[in-house]
Amino acid sequence: MLKMMAASKGLVTHGVSSCQGCGIELIIRNVLDVLGEDTVLVIPPGCAALFSGTGPEAAVKLAGIQGNLENSAAIASGIAAGFRHQGNEHTTVCAFCGDGATVDIGLQSLSGAMERNENILYICYDNEAYMNTGIQGSSSTPLGASTTTTPAGKPVGSKDLIQIVMAHGVPYAATASVADLGDLRRKVKKAKGIKGCRVLHIHCPCPTGWGYHSSKTIELAREGVDSGAWVLMEYENGRVKLGRRPSKLGHAEDYMKLQKRFRTAVGELTAQTNERIISRYEYLEKLERLGGE
Amino acid sequence: MSTQRETPTSTPAKRRILGPCSVVFTAANTGSWRLERPQLDESKCIRCGTCARSCPTDCITVSRDGCPVVFDWYYCKGCGICVNECPKNALSLVKERGEH
Ligand SMILES: Cc1ncc(C[n+]2csc(CCOP(=O)(O)OP(=O)(O)O)c2C)c(N)n1
Ligand code: SF4
Ligand code: SF4
Ligand code: SF4
Repeated sequence: MLKMMAASKGLVTHGVSSCQGCGIELIIRNVLDVLGEDTVLVIPPGCAALFSGTGPEAAVKLAGIQGNLENSAAIASGIAAGFRHQGNEHTTVCAFCGDGATVDIGLQSLSGAMERNENILYICYDNEAYMNTGIQGSSSTPLGASTTTTPAGKPVGSKDLIQIVMAHGVPYAATASVADLGDLRRKVKKAKGIKGCRVLHIHCPCPTGWGYHSSKTIELAREGVDSGAWVLMEYENGRVKLGRRPSKLGHAEDYMKLQKRFRTAVGELTAQTNERIISRYEYLEKLERLGGE
Repeated sequence: MSTQRETPTSTPAKRRILGPCSVVFTAANTGSWRLERPQLDESKCIRCGTCARSCPTDCITVSRDGCPVVFDWYYCKGCGICVNECPKNALSLVKERGEH
């Protein structure tokens, strides 16, 4: 039982020590608002761990556990198995993990959970680097982005998580962004109502790691979606459904210009980024058409 | 090599929790970080609620009557997202200490 020392409108406390303008804070409030009280959280180390409690202090009114970077999906699977034994079919087991905890260090446990189609909701908030330990590059860091381990800009592109997820044939997967919180909430609600392993991949701007003013978090996410640098889509019953066509597809200049992490990515790299965006989008469109046949 | 325990783990004689357990629901005074604060021009506000939905700390209340937008200064971090997202430019960031 929680000892209540503060009041809050929703399930998350209002005073959390995430940076000013942090995308995670927007995401977790909306996610938990939709999932409701009947939820158990698994959060690995990373910036989101601020929400899983520090010492005796809790930031959410939910039961949860902070595990390891390697095993969020495995811990969530275990909790789901426990509920299955108890005949509990209503509680949502939600893993809420960073990109490092998903595409790098925890990829094997997520892959296993997807293979076994565990009854969990796995959410990756993607701030495109290991932010909590000082902005090290992850395999989600995009081409040309500068981090402390890629000071001259990352020489290779990022792993395509949603395609890795689709290759496992899970019942539901989707991408979302803080650019469109209504769409994000709709997808969380849909995922909540489906059984089996559901995966959401959410674009999460980080003012500290990306180098922009904290007021631009949503604006930047919008630029990402409009340029196709972040593609909104859903994958359900083996079919791909893309969101609205990006209005400036293949023009990531404005998106990149807003962020200091791309200051070394000029000329050739911008052109390369734009080419990749277009070819990836065209490929996804083909997948969408395949599903429609 | 470790051996498997013989007593079933599902019926422990005593339940023990290892590690720190967060049981006190608290809130940090994040408003103390603020260097700038959002300021409302009531004449421009249409009470649409966009600012409240965009606020990471969820510290804005938009009402139909009276003052349209109320901030909880104990929590507002002064990030400026509400200012940036307001469709009517009814908000602006001003220096916390008043000097413009
Ligand atoms: C196996 C392992 N390696 C390194 C660490 C140290 N560590 C703690 S948090 C963290 C960053 C996690 O990054 P990410 O999952 O992307 O989340 P973010 O901090 O960006 O929110 C790291 C590297 C760890 N806890 N476990
Ligand atoms: S470093 Fe980035 S992700 Fe971490 S709390 Fe700060 S803004 Fe959020
Ligand atoms: S977003 Fe602007 S117009 Fe809408 S309620 Fe807030 S201050 Fe008023
Ligand atoms: S400045 Fe940031 S924290 Fe303060 S009310 Fe606006 S959006 Fe919320």
